[in-house]
Amino acid sequence: MAKPTASPLRTGLVHLALGAYTLIALFPVFLVVINSFKDRASIFRDPLAIPTPSTFSLIGYNTVLTQGDFVLYFQNSFIVTAVSIFFVLLFGAMAAFALSEYRFKGNTLMGLYLALGIMIPIRLGTVAILQGMVAAGLVNTLTALILVYTAQGLPLAVFILNEFMRTVSDDLKNAGRIDGLSEYSIFFRLVLPLVKPAMATVAVFTMIPIWNDLWFPLILAPSDATKTVTLGSQVFIGQFVTNWNAVLAALTLAIVPVLVLYLIFSRQLIRGITSGAVK
Amino acid sequence: MSTVEQAIVDRGADRRPRRWHILVFLAPAALVYTAIMILPLIETLRLSLFNVKDGQSVFVGLGNFNVLFGDPRWAASFWNALRNNFVFFLIHMIVQNPIGVALAALLSVPKLRFGAFYRTAMFLPTLLSFVIVGFIWKLILSPIWGVSPFLLDLVGLKSIFSPWLGKPGTALIAVSLISVWQYVGIPMMLIYAAMLNIPDEVLEAAECDGVTGWSQFWKIKLPLILPSIGIISILTFVGNFNAFDLVYTVQGALAGPDGSTDILGTLLYRTFFGFQLQIGDKSMGATIATVMFLIILTGVCLYLFAIQRRMRRYQF
Repeated sequence: MAKPTASPLRTGLVHLALGAYTLIALFPVFLVVINSFKDRASIFRDPLAIPTPSTFSLIGYNTVLTQGDFVLYFQNSFIVTAVSIFFVLLFGAMAAFALSEYRFKGNTLMGLYLALGIMIPIRLGTVAILQGMVAAGLVNTLTALILVYTAQGLPLAVFILNEFMRTVSDDLKNAGRIDGLSEYSIFFRLVLPLVKPAMATVAVFTMIPIWNDLWFPLILAPSDATKTVTLGSQVFIGQFVTNWNAVLAALTLAIVPVLVLYLIFSRQLIRGITSGAVK
Repeated sequence: MSTVEQAIVDRGADRRPRRWHILVFLAPAALVYTAIMILPLIETLRLSLFNVKDGQSVFVGLGNFNVLFGDPRWAASFWNALRNNFVFFLIHMIVQNPIGVALAALLSVPKLRFGAFYRTAMFLPTLLSFVIVGFIWKLILSPIWGVSPFLLDLVGLKSIFSPWLGKPGTALIAVSLISVWQYVGIPMMLIYAAMLNIPDEVLEAAECDGVTGWSQFWKIKLPLILPSIGIISILTFVGNFNAFDLVYTVQGALAGPDGSTDILGTLLYRTFFGFQLQIGDKSMGATIATVMFLIILTGVCLYLFAIQRRMRRYQF
């Protein structure tokens, strides 16, 4: 039988397998990015070649930036994502604090009620959500998206933050109470700073589905002024489907912000997942 | 009336002062969540029992469901979407999750070099939006571009290439595999975490007994990560029966060719919102949403009551 210590052959095979899958995961993205910098003829002649001075072309980016309103789409996505995360973190932390700190009637029930939304997707209520937004005059506003995403993000945020807040020492909070701090200052000045790492994890988990969502922008805010970058690129690519330069450039532009954020937060995100925050 | 008021005052006086701050802390989250999520969900369930007749909303009981399951205009597309959705889920279960477990097992090899790099790279597709993933694969699988035939030629398999996304027989499999490519990162990470949590003593004890390598994986690690596999299965189930974006991006709202990639999410979109000649139908939209809700609820309950309770035994 094999020895407990890994043999060089086995290590080699492990790296071969992992390397092969890494290639499968990265290659499609890589292919799109390199071809977005090439002229039309060389995209088709030699798709796998890296752009050289003779094949280099920015015509696709030119089309995207002059024909599409991508700056506006990015701005919309950014506003929606940032404001939703802010409210998810603030309201989520407040509710988690109430649930973890105080004993009151209906505490467990409230916790279960808020946790329902982790498993039941908000999308199933779309028919009535649209009806409500129409009644409130919020169709085609970013507010509608922010409201929906805040509601969507809250259950998981409360669940994760609740677990972390239980680990904040009671002595600290009681010391604050003896010093005459109100419950509000205990929450904002003592507890919140201590759960910052958990808040960062929640922020990353909340951000990804919001930034990438296509369903609600399509249904609640499809107007030109409120398109998010996900919907904007969907529509743009649909219109320019035969203009390969423009499609590849639009895809690359949509990948870049995700890539940058991922490279900044990947450690946080992976630690968040592997520490069991989502279980 | 005054005695009632008196009683309330008396009872209040016995108690501690009302702790208003609890209400202040809970109210914003509870209000937003109830107003935007729970009430619309209940309203959608209620709407599925009504239909419009002569411009008026009339209670029809389970009539909408009868139409959806039995009326020739609806039933064919509904059962088609439901069947496709199960195939979609099944492909995820038999492709995505085993690959995820295998990658996690490889990643958790002790003293692995570049482990962080592999993890980061393999998780990247999970973060991309469906729009990006859908179009990337549409381009790669497109016979016009010729990247796939070229790559298949490198391994001598050029003859198997065909425009998979455009053929009714293969389109659903192709779309499912694109989704698998995107989401394999999630089972990989969760299983990886579960494997890191296996105590060293257990593995050392196994090694002392001569259980190493493959048999160690099958006999020791796999039973211990079963709870995580359960979680992944239910996450996949909920995600798949709620899916929409990828099919919409790759195949459009009609989920072509010939409805072969139509799943419940795209059917809901077309029914509720209308598409091309079809006019949006709120009642039938709510009915389909209700069916999706019941399917997901059944899955979650099954998981919570049956599977998780059984798996608890394996946990520490």
